[in-house]
Formats: sequence, C-alpha cells, structure tokens
Amino acid sequence: MPRVIRRERLVPNIHLLEVEAPEIARKCRAGQFVIVMPDARGERIPLTIADWDRERGTVTSVFMPVGTTTRKLALLRSGDSVPIFAGPLGLPSEIGTVGTVLCAGGCFGIAAIHPLARAFKEAGNRVVVLVDVKADYLLYWRDKIEPHADELIVSSRDGLYGRTDFVPRHVREIVGREKIDRVVAVGCTYFMSSIAEATRPAGIKTMVSLNPIMVDGTGMCGACRVTVDGRTKFACVDGPDFDAHLVDWVELYARRKSYFDDEVRSLCAWEEERFP
Amino acid sequence: MSDQDKLSPSLAAEVLAEFEKDWRKDLRRAVPVKERMKIGRSPMPQRGPGERNRDFLEVNLGLAAAEAVAEARRCLDCAKPGCIAGCPVRIDIPTFIKLVEKGDFAAAAAKVREANSLPAVCGRVCPQESQCEERCHLKKASGVAVAIGNLERFVSDYELREGGGAPPRLPPPSGHKVAVVGAGPAGLTVAGELARGGHRVTVFEALHEAGGVLVYGIPEFRLPKSILVAEVAYLKRLGVEFRMNFIVGKTATVDDLRAEGYEVFFIGTGAGLPNFMKVPGENLIGVYSANEYLTRVNLMRAYDFPRYDTPVFPGRRAAVIGGGNVAMDSVRTAKRLGAEEALIIYRRSRTEMPARVEEVHHAEEEGIEFHFLTVPTRYIGDEHGRVRAMECLRMELGEPDSSGRRRPVPVPGSEFVTEVDLVVVAIGQSPNPLIPQTTPGLSVGKWGTIDIDWGTMATSLPGVYSGGDIVRGGATVILAMGDARTAAAAMDRRLKEGGPA
Repeated sequence: MPRVIRRERLVPNIHLLEVEAPEIARKCRAGQFVIVMPDARGERIPLTIADWDRERGTVTSVFMPVGTTTRKLALLRSGDSVPIFAGPLGLPSEIGTVGTVLCAGGCFGIAAIHPLARAFKEAGNRVVVLVDVKADYLLYWRDKIEPHADELIVSSRDGLYGRTDFVPRHVREIVGREKIDRVVAVGCTYFMSSIAEATRPAGIKTMVSLNPIMVDGTGMCGACRVTVDGRTKFACVDGPDFDAHLVDWVELYARRKSYFDDEVRSLCAWEEERFP
Repeated sequence: MSDQDKLSPSLAAEVLAEFEKDWRKDLRRAVPVKERMKIGRSPMPQRGPGERNRDFLEVNLGLAAAEAVAEARRCLDCAKPGCIAGCPVRIDIPTFIKLVEKGDFAAAAAKVREANSLPAVCGRVCPQESQCEERCHLKKASGVAVAIGNLERFVSDYELREGGGAPPRLPPPSGHKVAVVGAGPAGLTVAGELARGGHRVTVFEALHEAGGVLVYGIPEFRLPKSILVAEVAYLKRLGVEFRMNFIVGKTATVDDLRAEGYEVFFIGTGAGLPNFMKVPGENLIGVYSANEYLTRVNLMRAYDFPRYDTPVFPGRRAAVIGGGNVAMDSVRTAKRLGAEEALIIYRRSRTEMPARVEEVHHAEEEGIEFHFLTVPTRYIGDEHGRVRAMECLRMELGEPDSSGRRRPVPVPGSEFVTEVDLVVVAIGQSPNPLIPQTTPGLSVGKWGTIDIDWGTMATSLPGVYSGGDIVRGGATVILAMGDARTAAAAMDRRLKEGGPA
C-alpha cells in the first residue's frame, strides 16, 4: 500500500499530504488528480496534484478537512499507508505560450495553482498569480509560488497584504490594467464561478478545474457529470479542466451538494466511533 | 462472431477418450436411459422472496450432495453431446457430471477447472439456458435440460469448502513476462491459463479489488464476494501477481510496460463507460448510471452506510431503465435498500428482455413491477435539482431490427408523468477509451471497440491481445472468458515460438 511520507497542517484547516507513488510521480503533469481512499471502509475522493518529486518518487496534494474522508486524511502520520492512491487521472491542463496568464487560486486551490504557474512560466508566458485567502494567517506556499510568478497578488479580507477586495474585483482590475490572454482558476465552486463572471464580459478564455463528486475517476461511473456548452461531460476523463464560460454552474452547485445530509450522518457516525 | 460450433480435433479426442473409460461404461450400464429420463430436475434451494428482498445475502443456496448426484444421474451421457459446443470455454461437461454421479466431487471440480478459471462464478452468473443447457439432448427429448449450471456451482463450491483446490503442478518457469490489463472475468481467465503454462503473469487493475464487473457490478445476493476472493486466491497460488490501483494508460502506458520487459499483453478493460439516453433532466440528483449505482453499493459497500463512508440514495419509488441483467441487479438492489416500489421500465416487451430467465423470475418474486413498452422522455426535478418525476412514452412493436428483435415504435400522444425519486439508467455501456487513447497504433472500430482477429484475439499491435466487452461492446462474463481462453492459447504459442515481442 502507498506509504505516507509527510502529512502536515500548512495553515488552520488546510493540510498537505505527500505520498510515495513513484509511477504517478514519473507520469503526472499539471492539472491532473489522484483518487485517494483513506482506509478500508473509506470513500474514494479526487485530490488535485499540487507538486511532485520525480526522483524521490513522491506526489503531494493539499486538502481542506470538511467531511469524513478528508478528516481521516488529516489524521494520517508519516509512515502510515493508504489503501488507494491512484493516478494520475484526468487530462493535463492545456499549457501553451499564449502571452500573459492570470493564475488564480483560492483556499486549498492555491496549492493546485502552483504547478500551473510553474508550467506556464516554463512555457515562456508572463505569469500573474492571484491568491485568495480569507485572512492573512491562511496564506501558505507563497515562497513556492513566488519564483514562478512575474507578479504575485494576495487578496485577503483583513488587509495585511493591501486591499480587502474580493477576488472578482481584483480580477476585473487586473484585466482592465493589462492585456490578459488566459485565466486559469482553481478553488471552491464559488471562487471559480465568480471568476468566470468577472472575465465573461471581456471574453477572456478562462479555464477552471472542476471538482464534482467522483467514485472511480476513470470514466466508469459517470458520477462526475457536468454540463459544458449544453453537453454532458465526465469531469474525470473529459476534464477536469473546462471553459468556465460554458459550464452550467447551477447544476454543478446542486450536484456537489447531492449527499449533504449523508455527509453529516457519516461524520457524526465516525466521530462517535472514533471519539466515544 | 467467434461461435464455432465444432470442437477442435484435440478436444474432441480428449472428450471421446474420457467417454470410453471403463468407469463411464459401467455407470452408463448401471442405470438405463429410460430410468434416467424419469428423474425430475432437482430444484435449486433458495431463500423466500419476503426474507431475501430485505438483505444482501445470496438468494440461491446451492444443491445438497444427494440432490447433485440425483441431478447428475439425469444426464444421459450422450455419445455425441451438444452441451460442450454450447459452452464458450468448452468444459467437458459430460465427464464432470458423471464424476458427480460417481460421487468424486473433487475430480469433477478439477475437470471443470481445466477449462474454466472461475467455475464458482460461472455456476452462478452464466446464462446456461441459452448455452450448454440449450443444447442438452435431454432438453430435446423431455423438455427439461440437465441443470448443468447448478452442478457446476455445486462442484466448485465443494472445492472451495474443501480448501480451494490444490493448484495443478506447474511446469518450470518459462522466463516470459505477461501483462494482463484489467482483473475482470477475461483478464483473470488469461492470467490463470498463462500462469498454468509457467509464465510470469502480472495483472494490472484500476480499482482496489480484483474482479471487474464481478465485484463492482454483480451484487452480493447473486455472487458473494467471498466466492470471488477465493477464486482470486487460487490464481495467487498459481503465482499470478496483482498490481491494484494501477491504471494502464495513465499510471503507465502499454509501451512503458513493454520497456519494463513485458512481452505479451492482454487488454481486458471492459465496457467501462456508461451510456445515457441524452434526454432532458438526466443530470438531476437521484439519476444514476447503473455503473455508479452498483459500484456504490457493491464495491464501496454503500448498503452498509454509515459504517462504510460511501452513501447511496435509498429511493422510495425507484425506476430502473432497461431490461438486461444489469437492470435486474439494479432494481433488486433498490428494493433491498428500502424502496417501497421498484420498477423496471423497458421499451420492448417481455420476450425481448435480454436478462437471464432466472433473474427476471427472482425479480418478480421479490415484488418488482415490470412496465413494458415504455420509455422515459424526460426527468423532472424539484427546486433543489433532485428528480421527483419522469415523463414516459408508450411504445408498440414494429418490424424486426438488425438484432432480429421487433423494434419499439412510439405511440403518439401516449405521454404520461409518474413520480419517482430514484432513477437508474441501465441501457448498456460502451468500451472504456483509456487504453485506445493512450496506445498508439491500436486499431479501434466504429463503436470504440478494439479490432481483433477472432481466431487468435490478436489486435493490430504485435504481442497485444484483447477480449471481452472491450472488443464485444457489452456481452456476458462467459463470452469474455471464452475470448480469454482463445487469446491465452495464442499468447502461449507466441511466447513458446519466440515470436517478435
């Protein structure tokens, strides 16, 4: 079983998980994900690959504990093993030399933006990185992202890094200030949909990494159906990246909440079992 | 397709040699044919419908030894049996049945295993009535075939109870490395055959349990997982290595594996891409593909939620769209998960249903409602995006189509709306595209199926073979295993002749 190399809390309620997975480390590219199951009775969930070390053969993901699975992951220690760490799944992000790219990451998505900024920079683009945190103490990986960014803007509600504006306003300002050729955004559904609305009027190509519920992650089940441009797509094999202006966001919001009641039940049952 | 009616000369000779053994002659003489024909078929003992439709324990209980011997006595031990040619993997059926009659259950099990790597599975899920039992001469003479499937299940269960069967003596290692992609019925069969040939076999499986459709698709009440675990354990004793959570095409490509020294490949990745009808509302919450629904319940154990973490909607009034075995499995699962009403919605009539007769029969006993000549046209959601009703259209049967079945034609103006809070779409699967997409040079047909030569199951790439649903587009476990046997023989020849890798 894949061995956990490192699991640490980066900032409150955001954790890093580094797992020994030499094959995945050798193959993975920016934008792909792994399917993880924390224990034998667990659920399979997708996590975006945030970093990898091809020589050491390790793959790193960053996640936020919200439900049973992510809480179980947050309790892992180095030396533990997980029954499933499979991938790399999904299509890699389309990285081209397009000019200026705005990479926007929010919350757990800041980590996922890191390999994208790196890849766009390596491809010869000017890279502007916009990271969004609720408060200054929730910022992480600034040092990892900075080397790949021509400009790094931190958007925070408490003003330590400057303005307290919400992300869409930052996006509109950047877009008004200079010519942006591509926007890529990773974060929660709300974060990505609000960036989609911010870039829609100017018609700037905006790619988002969608996060619907998945089971197998290989195209077998169709749990991750999303409607893009009026057509049903499977996020696991046709994505996870899609054109933000063509995504049916209302459907995605609803489908992500499919099991809300069950998620609460599951968490209560697990807490009772584990912390009696 | 590859349905050769005649046995190969070598197999025909083996069958004849067994037929002429003294003990067989003695057995034939012991009970005259007339007496044999008077014996009634031993019914399969099963749990009552009112008890079983609330849990996931197995429905059929299996024959007792005396019942099995009595059933075996019904077999006339024909000089020219029809049953063997009806079996896609060519089990020497009369020989194993006569060994049962003789009381040598272990030898009977070993005989089945010579041709079938998953006998306890096939004894449960094969459509025997349209294969071996269809060709049984007793059926032609008296109307009721020998219960070959029930006997196959009996001998393999006997073997599993007795410790799983001793692995055959293996030839010295050949030194050849074989990669099998997909641990479904086809892949497991190839693995067993080639391991017996002394080759080093590695099975690469994308999911975390071996079995493919046998583990994610077929429910516990029809095929207990313990059976599959035992069959896989047998393969491990033969030296087969399993690499789980390894997605060939993603984790490593076929070319990567070739570079690691694998010489021949078998691609058995199945029909892992669910079809939808593309009608409005299909993405509402509560509308599942059968693959997702069954995977949640079987592979992820959602029936034991919240002890297991994966949830599934129970549904109060559940509709399953389709008329095949997967539809039957889904609708009976919905009933077991607590649906007050569980409906089959099928666009043709009862006679065209592709499901096994026994499954339809069991479903009816368990209180499943069948709505024939009906097709959903859209799903209607509530304010939260959850399905609450569906609109259907009535059909009538027109002229036969290319499959020979009468084509359903819509009856204009027959739309009606009915309330449902769970829908499972079980209208078939397409081949999984992962391998074709990532294997340059692999020739693929119009429907995404891998092109093969039916005589050897060889693909357009040297050393790469394929079989099962990825070449057929959606068939049965046993047809996949038949393909696998053909492929394994060709792969073995290729390795022994030292052809180019």
